[in-house]
Amino acid sequence: MSPLIEVRGLSYRYEDGTLALNGVDFRMEPGESVALLGPNGSGKTTFVLHLNGLLRGEGSIQVCGLPVEKPNLPAIRRKLGVVFQDSDNQLFMPTVVEDVAFGLLNLGMENEAALSKARAALETVAMSAAESKAPYHLSAGEKKRVAIAGVLAMEPEILVLDEPTTFLDPPGHRSLAELLAQLPQSKIVITHDSRLAAALCKRAVFFERGQIAAEGPVDSIVARFGWDVSWERTKLRS
Amino acid sequence: MRHLALERWARGSSPLHHRDPRAKIVALLVFLIALATDSHGLPWFALGLVVLLVTALLWARIPVWGALARAGIVLPFSAVFAAVSWLAGDPARGAPLAMKSYLSALAVLVVTSTTPLPVLLRGLEAMGAPSFLLDVGQFLHRYFFVISEEAQRMNQAAVARGVSGRQWGFGGPVFRASAGALAVLFGRSYGRAGDIHRAMLARGFDGRFRPLRTLRFQRADLLFTAVASLAPIAMRLAVERALA
Repeated sequence: MSPLIEVRGLSYRYEDGTLALNGVDFRMEPGESVALLGPNGSGKTTFVLHLNGLLRGEGSIQVCGLPVEKPNLPAIRRKLGVVFQDSDNQLFMPTVVEDVAFGLLNLGMENEAALSKARAALETVAMSAAESKAPYHLSAGEKKRVAIAGVLAMEPEILVLDEPTTFLDPPGHRSLAELLAQLPQSKIVITHDSRLAAALCKRAVFFERGQIAAEGPVDSIVARFGWDVSWERTKLRS
Repeated sequence: MRHLALERWARGSSPLHHRDPRAKIVALLVFLIALATDSHGLPWFALGLVVLLVTALLWARIPVWGALARAGIVLPFSAVFAAVSWLAGDPARGAPLAMKSYLSALAVLVVTSTTPLPVLLRGLEAMGAPSFLLDVGQFLHRYFFVISEEAQRMNQAAVARGVSGRQWGFGGPVFRASAGALAVLFGRSYGRAGDIHRAMLARGFDGRFRPLRTLRFQRADLLFTAVASLAPIAMRLAVERALA
Protein backbone atom coordinates (compact mmCIF):
# COMPACT_ATOMS: atom_id res chain seq x y z
CA MET A 1 0.00 0.00 0.00
CA SER A 2 1.39 3.42 -0.90
CA PRO A 3 1.91 5.77 2.03
CA LEU A 4 -0.39 8.69 2.75
CA ILE A 5 2.61 10.96 3.30
CA GLU A 6 6.21 10.29 2.39
CA VAL A 7 8.97 12.79 3.12
CA ARG A 8 12.61 12.19 2.23
CA GLY A 9 15.60 14.25 3.23
CA LEU A 10 13.65 17.45 3.94
CA SER A 11 15.82 20.40 4.92
CA TYR A 12 14.81 24.02 5.34
CA ARG A 13 16.70 27.13 6.34
CA TYR A 14 14.95 30.36 7.34
CA GLU A 15 15.98 33.65 5.73
CA ASP A 16 17.97 34.57 8.83
CA GLY A 17 20.11 31.46 8.30
CA THR A 18 18.54 29.29 11.01
CA LEU A 19 18.47 25.65 9.98
CA ALA A 20 14.91 24.69 10.92
CA LEU A 21 14.80 21.22 9.35
CA ASN A 22 17.79 19.03 8.70
CA GLY A 23 17.25 15.92 6.61
CA VAL A 24 13.85 14.81 7.90
CA ASP A 25 12.49 11.45 6.72
CA PHE A 26 8.87 10.71 7.57
CA ARG A 27 6.25 8.23 6.48
CA MET A 28 2.59 7.95 7.40
CA GLU A 29 0.32 5.10 6.36
CA PRO A 30 -3.39 5.39 5.44
CA GLY A 31 -5.65 5.38 8.48
CA GLU A 32 -2.77 6.23 10.80
CA SER A 33 -2.57 9.22 13.16
CA VAL A 34 0.78 10.53 14.35
CA ALA A 35 1.68 12.90 17.19
CA LEU A 36 4.58 15.30 16.66
CA LEU A 37 6.28 16.01 19.96
CA GLY A 38 9.35 18.04 20.80
CA PRO A 39 10.56 21.30 22.31
CA ASN A 40 9.49 24.72 21.04
CA GLY A 41 11.51 25.66 17.98
CA SER A 42 12.42 22.07 17.14
CA GLY A 43 10.85 22.30 13.67
CA LYS A 44 7.42 20.66 14.11
CA THR A 45 5.34 23.52 12.68
CA THR A 46 7.92 24.23 9.98
CA PHE A 47 7.67 20.57 9.00
CA VAL A 48 3.88 20.53 8.60
CA LEU A 49 3.92 23.81 6.64
CA HIS A 50 5.94 21.92 4.03
CA LEU A 51 3.28 19.23 3.65
CA ASN A 52 0.88 21.52 1.79
CA GLY A 53 3.51 23.63 0.10
CA LEU A 54 3.28 26.71 2.32
CA LEU A 55 7.05 26.45 2.77
CA ARG A 56 9.42 24.98 0.20
CA GLY A 57 12.62 23.29 1.32
CA GLU A 58 15.05 20.78 -0.15
CA GLY A 59 14.09 17.13 -0.38
CA SER A 60 11.02 15.32 -1.66
CA ILE A 61 7.47 15.22 -0.28
CA GLN A 62 4.50 13.23 -1.52
CA VAL A 63 1.00 13.62 -0.11
CA CYS A 64 -1.66 11.10 -1.17
CA GLY A 65 0.66 10.06 -4.01
CA LEU A 66 1.06 13.62 -5.31
CA PRO A 67 4.46 15.33 -5.24
CA VAL A 68 4.24 18.65 -3.41
CA GLU A 69 4.82 20.86 -6.45
CA LYS A 70 3.06 23.98 -7.64
CA PRO A 71 0.65 22.32 -10.13
CA ASN A 72 -0.52 19.88 -7.42
CA LEU A 73 -0.97 22.41 -4.63
CA PRO A 74 -4.74 23.00 -5.07
CA ALA A 75 -5.39 19.22 -4.92
CA ILE A 76 -3.00 18.73 -2.01
CA ARG A 77 -4.53 21.60 -0.03
CA ARG A 78 -7.90 19.95 -0.45
CA LYS A 79 -6.58 16.58 0.76
CA LEU A 80 -4.55 17.92 3.66
CA GLY A 81 -6.27 20.45 5.91
CA VAL A 82 -4.28 22.46 8.44
CA VAL A 83 -5.80 23.84 11.64
CA PHE A 84 -3.39 26.52 12.81
CA GLN A 85 -2.37 27.12 16.41
CA ASP A 86 -3.89 30.60 16.68
CA SER A 87 -7.49 30.47 15.46
CA ASP A 88 -7.55 34.26 15.14
CA ASN A 89 -5.15 33.92 12.22
CA GLN A 90 -7.45 31.46 10.52
CA LEU A 91 -10.77 33.24 10.93
CA PHE A 92 -10.93 36.36 8.81
CA MET A 93 -14.34 36.46 7.15
CA PRO A 94 -17.18 38.65 8.50
CA THR A 95 -19.34 35.77 9.74
CA VAL A 96 -18.72 32.22 10.93
CA VAL A 97 -20.55 30.55 8.05
CA GLU A 98 -18.73 32.67 5.46
CA ASP A 99 -15.44 31.69 7.04
CA VAL A 100 -16.27 28.00 6.97
CA ALA A 101 -17.34 28.29 3.31
CA PHE A 102 -14.18 30.23 2.35
CA GLY A 103 -12.18 27.15 1.31
CA LEU A 104 -15.14 25.59 -0.53
CA LEU A 105 -15.66 28.71 -2.64
CA ASN A 106 -11.95 28.72 -3.43
CA LEU A 107 -12.39 25.18 -4.73
CA GLY A 108 -14.93 26.55 -7.21
CA MET A 109 -18.02 25.19 -5.49
CA GLU A 110 -21.38 26.88 -6.19
CA ASN A 111 -22.70 29.13 -3.44
CA GLU A 112 -25.67 26.96 -2.45
CA ALA A 113 -23.58 23.79 -2.23
CA ALA A 114 -20.86 25.63 -0.30
CA LEU A 115 -23.43 27.00 2.14
CA SER A 116 -24.94 23.59 2.74
CA LYS A 117 -21.52 21.95 3.28
CA ALA A 118 -20.43 24.78 5.57
CA ARG A 119 -23.57 24.29 7.66
CA ALA A 120 -22.97 20.54 7.83
CA ALA A 121 -19.38 21.15 9.00
CA LEU A 122 -20.62 23.57 11.67
CA GLU A 123 -23.06 20.92 12.84
CA THR A 124 -20.22 18.39 13.12
CA VAL A 125 -18.39 20.68 15.52
CA ALA A 126 -21.60 21.67 17.33
CA MET A 127 -21.37 25.33 16.26
CA SER A 128 -24.52 25.69 14.13
CA ALA A 129 -25.95 28.30 16.51
CA ALA A 130 -23.01 30.63 15.82
CA GLU A 131 -23.49 30.62 12.04
CA SER A 132 -24.25 34.33 11.72
CA LYS A 133 -21.93 35.59 14.44
CA ALA A 134 -18.73 37.51 13.80
CA PRO A 135 -15.78 35.19 14.60
CA TYR A 136 -14.22 37.71 16.97
CA HIS A 137 -17.25 37.44 19.25
CA LEU A 138 -16.57 33.75 19.98
CA SER A 139 -14.67 32.22 22.89
CA ALA A 140 -11.29 30.55 22.30
CA GLY A 141 -12.88 27.09 22.30
CA GLU A 142 -15.60 28.16 19.88
CA LYS A 143 -13.06 29.78 17.56
CA LYS A 144 -11.08 26.54 17.52
CA ARG A 145 -14.19 24.56 16.62
CA VAL A 146 -15.03 26.97 13.80
CA ALA A 147 -11.45 26.79 12.51
CA ILE A 148 -11.74 22.99 12.49
CA ALA A 149 -15.10 23.26 10.69
CA GLY A 150 -13.47 25.44 8.02
CA VAL A 151 -11.01 22.66 7.33
CA LEU A 152 -13.50 19.77 7.70
CA ALA A 153 -15.84 21.40 5.18
CA MET A 154 -13.21 20.75 2.52
CA GLU A 155 -13.41 17.02 3.34
CA PRO A 156 -9.67 16.44 3.69
CA GLU A 157 -8.14 12.98 3.95
CA ILE A 158 -5.55 14.21 6.44
CA LEU A 159 -6.07 16.66 9.27
CA VAL A 160 -3.06 18.54 10.60
CA LEU A 161 -3.63 20.13 14.02
CA ASP A 162 -1.02 22.53 15.34
CA GLU A 163 -1.27 22.61 19.14
CA PRO A 164 -5.09 22.39 19.04
CA THR A 165 -5.63 22.85 22.77
CA THR A 166 -3.71 26.13 23.08
CA PHE A 167 -5.79 28.86 24.80
CA LEU A 168 -8.47 26.35 25.89
CA ASP A 169 -9.73 25.87 29.44
CA PRO A 170 -10.00 22.29 30.81
CA PRO A 171 -13.64 21.72 29.73
CA GLY A 172 -12.85 23.15 26.28
CA HIS A 173 -9.77 20.97 26.16
CA ARG A 174 -11.80 17.86 27.01
CA SER A 175 -14.61 18.52 24.56
CA LEU A 176 -12.16 19.29 21.75
CA ALA A 177 -10.31 16.01 22.43
CA GLU A 178 -13.64 14.15 22.25
CA LEU A 179 -14.52 15.88 18.99
CA LEU A 180 -11.13 15.13 17.41
CA ALA A 181 -11.30 11.49 18.49
CA GLN A 182 -14.60 11.12 16.60
CA LEU A 183 -13.28 12.49 13.30
CA PRO A 184 -12.45 9.71 10.84
CA GLN A 185 -9.54 11.46 9.11
CA SER A 186 -5.89 10.52 9.56
CA LYS A 187 -4.30 13.10 11.82
CA ILE A 188 -0.99 14.73 12.45
CA VAL A 189 -1.18 16.35 15.87
CA ILE A 190 1.47 18.78 17.05
CA THR A 191 1.14 18.98 20.81
CA HIS A 192 2.91 19.31 24.13
CA ASP A 193 0.07 17.41 25.80
CA SER A 194 1.09 13.77 26.11
CA ARG A 195 -2.42 12.71 27.14
CA LEU A 196 -3.97 14.27 24.04
CA ALA A 197 -1.26 12.64 21.92
CA ALA A 198 -2.03 9.24 23.47
CA ALA A 199 -5.78 9.73 23.07
CA LEU A 200 -5.58 10.55 19.36
CA CYS A 201 -2.50 8.72 18.08
CA LYS A 202 -0.70 5.41 18.44
CA ARG A 203 2.62 6.62 17.06
CA ALA A 204 4.68 9.64 18.08
CA VAL A 205 7.60 11.32 16.37
CA PHE A 206 9.98 13.37 18.53
CA PHE A 207 11.59 16.42 16.91
CA GLU A 208 14.82 17.90 18.21
CA ARG A 209 16.87 20.65 16.55
CA GLY A 210 15.20 20.17 13.17
CA GLN A 211 15.63 16.41 13.10
CA ILE A 212 13.57 13.42 14.08
CA ALA A 213 15.29 12.18 17.22
CA ALA A 214 13.04 9.16 17.74
CA GLU A 215 9.72 7.64 16.81
CA GLY A 216 7.56 4.87 18.22
CA PRO A 217 4.51 4.24 20.39
CA VAL A 218 3.33 7.44 22.10
CA ASP A 219 3.81 6.10 25.64
CA SER A 220 7.37 4.96 25.06
CA ILE A 221 8.39 8.24 23.35
CA VAL A 222 6.80 10.25 26.17
CA ALA A 223 8.59 8.14 28.79
CA ARG A 224 11.92 8.25 26.96
CA PHE A 225 12.00 12.02 26.67
CA GLY A 226 10.20 12.78 29.95
CA TRP A 227 7.52 14.55 27.94
CA ASP A 228 4.74 14.58 30.53
CA VAL A 229 3.94 16.99 33.33
CA SER A 230 4.05 14.79 36.42
CA TRP A 231 3.66 16.96 39.46
CA GLU A 232 4.31 13.97 41.71
CA ARG A 233 7.84 13.82 40.34
CA THR A 234 8.38 17.57 40.46
CA LYS A 235 9.97 18.90 43.64
CA LEU A 236 8.50 22.29 44.42
CA ARG A 237 9.58 24.46 47.31
CA SER A 238 6.68 25.12 49.63
CA MET B 1 -9.95 42.89 21.88
CA ARG B 2 -12.04 46.01 21.39
CA HIS B 3 -13.23 46.51 17.86
CA LEU B 4 -13.99 49.74 16.06
CA ALA B 5 -17.36 51.34 16.72
CA LEU B 6 -18.03 51.50 12.98
CA GLU B 7 -17.50 47.75 12.64
CA ARG B 8 -19.78 47.14 15.62
CA TRP B 9 -22.48 49.46 14.26
CA ALA B 10 -22.28 47.89 10.81
CA ARG B 11 -23.16 44.52 12.36
CA GLY B 12 -26.42 45.92 13.75
CA SER B 13 -29.90 45.20 12.50
CA SER B 14 -32.32 47.77 11.15
CA PRO B 15 -34.25 48.40 7.93
CA LEU B 16 -31.33 50.55 6.77
CA HIS B 17 -28.83 47.78 7.54
CA HIS B 18 -30.88 45.37 5.45
CA ARG B 19 -30.89 47.50 2.31
CA ASP B 20 -28.83 46.37 -0.67
CA PRO B 21 -25.40 48.08 -0.66
CA ARG B 22 -25.95 49.31 -4.21
CA ALA B 23 -29.05 51.24 -3.12
CA LYS B 24 -27.03 52.95 -0.39
CA ILE B 25 -24.11 53.69 -2.74
CA VAL B 26 -26.40 55.32 -5.34
CA ALA B 27 -28.15 57.39 -2.64
CA LEU B 28 -24.76 58.43 -1.24
CA LEU B 29 -23.50 59.51 -4.68
CA VAL B 30 -26.60 61.61 -5.31
CA PHE B 31 -26.26 63.17 -1.84
CA LEU B 32 -22.58 64.04 -2.42
CA ILE B 33 -23.21 65.51 -5.87
CA ALA B 34 -26.16 67.60 -4.62
CA LEU B 35 -24.01 68.89 -1.77
CA ALA B 36 -20.83 69.50 -3.74
CA THR B 37 -22.52 71.44 -6.54
CA ASP B 38 -24.55 73.73 -4.29
CA SER B 39 -23.31 77.30 -4.16
CA HIS B 40 -26.22 79.43 -2.94
CA GLY B 41 -28.39 78.15 -0.14
CA LEU B 42 -25.79 76.23 1.86
CA PRO B 43 -26.60 77.10 5.48
CA TRP B 44 -30.29 76.16 5.09
CA PHE B 45 -29.60 73.30 2.72
CA ALA B 46 -26.93 72.02 5.12
CA LEU B 47 -29.40 72.17 7.99
CA GLY B 48 -31.86 70.11 5.97
CA LEU B 49 -29.16 67.56 5.17
CA VAL B 50 -28.19 67.30 8.83
CA VAL B 51 -31.84 66.53 9.66
CA LEU B 52 -31.89 63.92 6.88
CA LEU B 53 -28.69 62.23 8.10
CA VAL B 54 -29.73 62.31 11.77
CA THR B 55 -33.04 60.73 10.78
CA ALA B 56 -31.09 57.99 8.99
CA LEU B 57 -28.91 57.45 12.08
CA LEU B 58 -31.97 57.18 14.32
CA TRP B 59 -33.64 54.81 11.87
CA ALA B 60 -30.50 52.64 11.90
CA ARG B 61 -30.32 52.80 15.74
CA ILE B 62 -26.80 54.26 15.63
CA PRO B 63 -25.72 56.55 18.48
CA VAL B 64 -26.26 60.01 17.01
CA TRP B 65 -23.73 61.94 19.11
CA GLY B 66 -21.08 59.25 18.56
CA ALA B 67 -21.60 59.44 14.80
CA LEU B 68 -21.63 63.26 14.74
CA ALA B 69 -18.38 63.33 16.71
CA ARG B 70 -16.68 60.76 14.50
CA ALA B 71 -17.57 62.66 11.33
CA GLY B 72 -15.62 65.57 12.81
CA ILE B 73 -12.40 63.71 11.98
CA VAL B 74 -12.33 65.55 8.64
CA LEU B 75 -12.50 69.01 10.20
CA PRO B 76 -8.77 69.44 10.89
CA PHE B 77 -8.09 68.73 7.21
CA SER B 78 -10.80 71.04 5.88
CA ALA B 79 -9.69 73.68 8.42
CA VAL B 80 -6.31 73.80 6.64
CA PHE B 81 -8.00 74.54 3.31
CA ALA B 82 -10.35 77.04 4.96
CA ALA B 83 -7.29 78.81 6.42
CA VAL B 84 -5.62 78.84 2.99
CA SER B 85 -8.78 80.41 1.47
CA TRP B 86 -8.83 83.00 4.23
CA LEU B 87 -5.15 83.84 3.71
CA ALA B 88 -5.73 84.06 -0.04
CA GLY B 89 -8.29 86.82 0.61
CA ASP B 90 -11.41 84.68 0.11
CA PRO B 91 -12.69 84.12 3.68
CA ALA B 92 -16.26 83.46 2.46
CA ARG B 93 -15.18 80.10 1.03
CA GLY B 94 -13.81 78.70 4.30
CA ALA B 95 -17.07 77.98 6.16
CA PRO B 96 -18.88 76.29 3.22
CA LEU B 97 -15.78 74.16 2.64
CA ALA B 98 -15.75 72.94 6.25
CA MET B 99 -19.53 72.43 6.20
CA LYS B 100 -19.47 70.44 2.97
CA SER B 101 -16.59 68.22 4.07
CA TYR B 102 -18.24 67.51 7.44
CA LEU B 103 -21.59 66.62 5.83
CA SER B 104 -19.86 64.44 3.22
CA ALA B 105 -18.03 62.58 6.00
CA LEU B 106 -21.26 62.15 7.96
CA ALA B 107 -23.04 60.76 4.88
CA VAL B 108 -20.21 58.30 4.24
CA LEU B 109 -20.32 57.36 7.91
CA VAL B 110 -24.07 56.63 7.72
CA VAL B 111 -23.43 54.23 4.83
CA THR B 112 -20.35 52.55 6.33
CA SER B 113 -21.94 52.18 9.75
CA THR B 114 -24.95 50.38 8.29
CA THR B 115 -23.04 48.21 5.81
CA PRO B 116 -20.19 45.84 6.74
CA LEU B 117 -17.19 46.69 4.56
CA PRO B 118 -17.06 43.32 2.74
CA VAL B 119 -20.73 43.79 1.76
CA LEU B 120 -20.06 47.36 0.67
CA LEU B 121 -17.14 46.18 -1.45
CA ARG B 122 -19.37 43.52 -2.98
CA GLY B 123 -21.87 46.24 -3.88
CA LEU B 124 -19.12 48.29 -5.52
CA GLU B 125 -17.96 45.21 -7.42
CA ALA B 126 -21.50 44.58 -8.67
CA MET B 127 -21.55 48.19 -9.90
CA GLY B 128 -18.41 47.61 -11.95
CA ALA B 129 -15.59 48.81 -9.69
CA PRO B 130 -12.29 47.01 -10.53
CA SER B 131 -12.05 43.82 -8.43
CA PHE B 132 -8.30 44.34 -7.89
CA LEU B 133 -8.96 47.62 -6.06
CA LEU B 134 -11.72 46.01 -4.03
CA ASP B 135 -9.51 43.07 -2.99
CA VAL B 136 -6.88 45.58 -1.89
CA GLY B 137 -9.62 47.33 0.10
CA GLN B 138 -10.60 44.06 1.77
CA PHE B 139 -6.98 43.29 2.67
CA LEU B 140 -6.44 46.80 4.03
CA HIS B 141 -9.55 46.40 6.16
CA ARG B 142 -8.33 43.05 7.53
CA TYR B 143 -4.80 44.28 8.21
CA PHE B 144 -6.07 47.42 9.87
CA PHE B 145 -7.63 45.13 12.47
CA VAL B 146 -4.39 43.15 12.74
CA ILE B 147 -2.47 46.33 13.55
CA SER B 148 -5.20 47.56 15.89
CA GLU B 149 -5.22 44.26 17.82
CA GLU B 150 -1.44 44.17 18.08
CA ALA B 151 -1.45 47.77 19.31
CA GLN B 152 -4.03 46.89 21.98
CA ARG B 153 -1.96 43.89 23.12
CA MET B 154 1.19 46.02 23.36
CA ASN B 155 -0.69 48.72 25.25
CA GLN B 156 -2.04 46.17 27.73
CA ALA B 157 1.48 44.81 28.24
CA ALA B 158 2.82 48.33 28.83
CA VAL B 159 0.02 49.22 31.26
CA ALA B 160 0.54 45.92 33.11
CA ARG B 161 4.13 47.01 33.69
CA GLY B 162 3.14 50.26 35.27
CA VAL B 163 2.98 52.66 32.34
CA SER B 164 0.39 55.33 33.04
CA GLY B 165 -1.56 57.31 30.49
CA ARG B 166 0.33 60.49 31.39
CA GLN B 167 3.67 58.95 30.53
CA TRP B 168 2.51 58.39 26.95
CA GLY B 169 2.30 62.16 26.63
CA PHE B 170 4.68 64.35 24.71
CA GLY B 171 8.10 64.37 26.35
CA GLY B 172 7.26 61.51 28.77
CA PRO B 173 9.64 58.58 29.20
CA VAL B 174 7.38 56.25 27.28
CA PHE B 175 6.97 58.79 24.50
CA ARG B 176 10.71 58.61 23.90
CA ALA B 177 10.52 54.84 23.55
CA SER B 178 7.44 54.98 21.35
CA ALA B 179 9.41 55.11 18.11
CA GLY B 180 10.87 51.72 18.97
CA ALA B 181 7.46 50.44 20.05
CA LEU B 182 6.01 51.56 16.72
CA ALA B 183 8.68 49.59 14.88
CA VAL B 184 7.90 46.53 17.02
CA LEU B 185 4.19 47.01 16.33
CA PHE B 186 4.70 46.97 12.58
CA GLY B 187 7.17 44.08 12.84
CA ARG B 188 4.68 42.01 14.82
CA SER B 189 1.78 42.99 12.57
CA TYR B 190 3.83 42.03 9.53
CA GLY B 191 4.57 38.63 11.07
CA ARG B 192 0.93 38.08 11.95
CA ALA B 193 -0.20 39.20 8.51
CA GLY B 194 2.11 36.52 7.09
CA ASP B 195 0.47 33.89 9.33
CA ILE B 196 -2.99 34.97 8.20
CA HIS B 197 -1.99 34.86 4.55
CA ARG B 198 -0.55 31.38 5.06
CA ALA B 199 -3.83 30.23 6.65
CA MET B 200 -5.68 31.62 3.62
CA LEU B 201 -3.39 29.84 1.17
CA ALA B 202 -3.87 26.60 3.11
CA ARG B 203 -7.56 26.79 2.22
CA GLY B 204 -6.94 27.35 -1.46
CA PHE B 205 -6.95 31.18 -1.61
CA ASP B 206 -5.77 32.25 -5.06
CA GLY B 207 -5.85 36.02 -4.63
CA ARG B 208 -9.57 36.54 -5.12
CA PHE B 209 -12.34 36.70 -2.53
CA ARG B 210 -15.53 34.88 -3.50
CA PRO B 211 -18.74 35.97 -1.79
CA LEU B 212 -20.95 33.27 -0.28
CA ARG B 213 -24.17 35.16 -0.71
CA THR B 214 -25.11 36.96 -3.89
CA LEU B 215 -26.72 40.37 -3.65
CA ARG B 216 -30.44 40.70 -4.30
CA PHE B 217 -31.87 44.05 -5.26
CA GLN B 218 -35.48 43.94 -4.09
CA ARG B 219 -38.46 46.23 -4.51
CA ALA B 220 -37.80 47.79 -1.10
CA ASP B 221 -34.25 48.66 -2.25
CA LEU B 222 -35.65 50.36 -5.34
CA LEU B 223 -38.07 52.36 -3.20
CA PHE B 224 -35.27 53.28 -0.79
CA THR B 225 -33.00 54.39 -3.66
CA ALA B 226 -35.75 56.61 -5.07
CA VAL B 227 -36.67 58.23 -1.75
CA ALA B 228 -33.10 58.61 -0.45
CA SER B 229 -31.90 60.07 -3.76
CA LEU B 230 -34.81 62.43 -4.25
CA ALA B 231 -34.74 63.80 -0.69
CA PRO B 232 -31.52 65.90 -1.00
CA ILE B 233 -32.49 67.04 -4.52
CA ALA B 234 -35.96 68.13 -3.35
CA MET B 235 -34.42 69.86 -0.33
CA ARG B 236 -31.99 71.79 -2.46
CA LEU B 237 -34.68 72.85 -4.95
CA ALA B 238 -36.94 73.99 -2.10
CA VAL B 239 -34.18 76.05 -0.47
CA GLU B 240 -33.16 77.62 -3.80
CA ARG B 241 -36.80 78.52 -4.56
CA ALA B 242 -37.29 80.01 -1.12
CA LEU B 243 -34.15 82.15 -1.45
CA ALA B 244 -34.88 83.24 -5.03
